[in-house]
Amino acid sequence: MSIDKKIVDDLVANDVSFITTVPCKQLAGVIEEVEARAEIFHIPSNKEDEGMGLCAGAWMGGKRPAIIMQNTAIGVTINTLATLIQYYRMPLPMLISYRGELREPVACQVEMAVHTKALLAQMNIPTYHFHKQSDASELDMILKYTFMCNKPVAILTDANFWGGYGDQ
Amino acid sequence: MIRSEILREIAPILRDELVVCNIGLPSQELHMIDDQPTNFYMLGTMGLSSSIGLGLALAQDKTVISIDGDGSVLTNLGTLPTIANNVADNFILLIIDNGSYGSTGDQPTYAGKKTSLTAVAKACGCDNVVEVQDKDLGPVLQAAIDGKKQTVIVCKCDSGNIKLPVITMDPVVIRDRFMKAVAG
Repeated sequence: MSIDKKIVDDLVANDVSFITTVPCKQLAGVIEEVEARAEIFHIPSNKEDEGMGLCAGAWMGGKRPAIIMQNTAIGVTINTLATLIQYYRMPLPMLISYRGELREPVACQVEMAVHTKALLAQMNIPTYHFHKQSDASELDMILKYTFMCNKPVAILTDANFWGGYGDQ
Repeated sequence: MIRSEILREIAPILRDELVVCNIGLPSQELHMIDDQPTNFYMLGTMGLSSSIGLGLALAQDKTVISIDGDGSVLTNLGTLPTIANNVADNFILLIIDNGSYGSTGDQPTYAGKKTSLTAVAKACGCDNVVEVQDKDLGPVLQAAIDGKKQTVIVCKCDSGNIKLPVITMDPVVIRDRFMKAVAG
């Protein structure tokens, strides 16, 4: 089974039915799989804080949400995480492509990569880092944990997890 | 009319609907005028009233009214294409457009200058965009609710604020009470 399908299977199995995405090359396969599933309402957002607003509303409307985005979005969403998702105590799985890690070809991506875990730690956001494809076996447990504790939870997925960028 | 006068006038219409209310004075005013479990008060996160409302409308069938401001829509302008391309016919975005950042001291917004949010919403692809003057809002809002078509209302009004206290209700209480009202 492809890793994209496995990830979306776990989301569906955990009743996640409202997913917003901001694209990333590494996440393209997952986003395509999300779009293809009848069980999921896929709503692309223009910016990640907007996406978190959509997720907050969907959750209050009875649907389990998730957001799929790049780690640069942590810089965009600190205020929304603190004053909406955490302040009102809402669950939000965040499947994040961890750009700027090993095998990264774009130097500027490293500039946010070096802040990513520090920012998540500062925000007291439970954070999991998938480096090998076998790490994804924990995704089901991470999703259950997220909806148990009503917190935003970060799942960082680096280039090694996705098998590099194809041209290296 | 200023925003608090408008909210006072439309409170009987809002009472039976799910309302997501913008940060700052709009939430404080609605809370004072007619606090209801069906009101979700934003205590922070400027700009996301329309996004929260759209997510809520897409997730369930009851009518949702997001009360927003011109300054807040300008903060999250990307919301308008998302609304246009993900039509929820139970969603109404009510932009109270007083041309100023009311909660921070009435500094002018660009919506009070050359930028028309009505034209922006139309250009983004929103299908039913209605610009209305403050005194005429009630019937327009009621018609949008009864029409069951996604609608963006831009209500032009005067800038100005009244003195009133902040909301001290705990956010989790606001959210829990609101979710029970949504499910009820």
